[in-house]
Amino acid sequence: MDNQEVAQKIREVAKKLLSEGKVSCVIGFEKGTVPMRERPFFAYTPEEADRLTWTSFCCNNLANFLVRRDLGEAGKVAVVAQGCVSRSIVGLIKENQITREQVFVIGVPSPGMLDRNKVQAMVGAAKVITEVTEDGADLIVKGKDFEERVPRKKVMRDNCYTCVQRNPVIVDELIGKESEPTHGGNIDKVAAPWEKLGAAERWAEFAENYQSCIRCYACRDACPLCYCHVCFVDEAQPQWCGKTQDETDVLTYHVLRAFHCAGRCTDCGACESACPMGIKVRKLTSKIEKDIREMYGYQPGMDLEAQPPMSVYKPDDPQEFIK
Amino acid sequence: MKKLLEYVGIEPDRLHFSWISSAEAEKFQKTATSVAEAVRALGPAQHMIKDIRKVA
Repeated sequence: MDNQEVAQKIREVAKKLLSEGKVSCVIGFEKGTVPMRERPFFAYTPEEADRLTWTSFCCNNLANFLVRRDLGEAGKVAVVAQGCVSRSIVGLIKENQITREQVFVIGVPSPGMLDRNKVQAMVGAAKVITEVTEDGADLIVKGKDFEERVPRKKVMRDNCYTCVQRNPVIVDELIGKESEPTHGGNIDKVAAPWEKLGAAERWAEFAENYQSCIRCYACRDACPLCYCHVCFVDEAQPQWCGKTQDETDVLTYHVLRAFHCAGRCTDCGACESACPMGIKVRKLTSKIEKDIREMYGYQPGMDLEAQPPMSVYKPDDPQEFIK
Repeated sequence: MKKLLEYVGIEPDRLHFSWISSAEAEKFQKTATSVAEAVRALGPAQHMIKDIRKVA
């Protein structure tokens, strides 16, 4: 089933749910104003559901919107979810932010989302892309005076390439057939790229990776885990973290943001896709994801019953670091 | 946290964790001394320092 067919199905399901009054709203994607920028869309009526779409550029994590307080009051909402998004929903249920009854999951096996920065790099940074269409395993990228076929595989988002759960883990209505669980990448090989370096080089890589950060907090806002009403970076009394673009402030922010996601991050890549500066934000979170997997044998959001390791104490928890 | 800080290049000996009960005065004294020695051996920190003259 290709993305156009999936989009058609999503619209059908959304219309049915809305007209039968089963949900008050369907959260999905609509076409963005520029190519490769599909954006979250809330359909409240069957007519609005016509605007819903599904492409390989649906990079936001829609679970993010389930913690909006006005939605909680609106009753049941439906959300379009591929593997990672469904895992985030499981996480939110476990953290008592929402209940299973509040959400209707329209499950979609993920096609593997694509990285618009990689597409841009493939055709040349200076070229203006005006239209991107999908044709099976290829993308057709058009602009003034050029048209190129780009294989999807070459422009896949890093986290989608190493994904371990393309199929949704909780589903109320599944669209299409379940696909292979992975895209073939090995997360362990790439999760912690600086691990083999010495301390000084690790610091250099770390500082360089985040040096272009403008502190816009798009990575935080795109993240379904960051639902605190007042974030530690916005707090002024006490001010936990400086608000400047000084290296120390920027790096403090990124280390702490990553750490807050420990044992919760599903590696959905929404942070990296949201970054306007193209920073590889996942370089810290994927390392933590790997640590949690190795230390606690835990993968966030896979199972509604499993106990999150950061919330429970077990006598055999790893504790070599405690003297 | 320790693993993460090591990963970004902070020297592992700068960060210490220990369980010490309020009844373990000797353990507290020994731990504090060993922490101080470990950090002194590393010398002044090079990272995560904000120089107010440069920032302001």
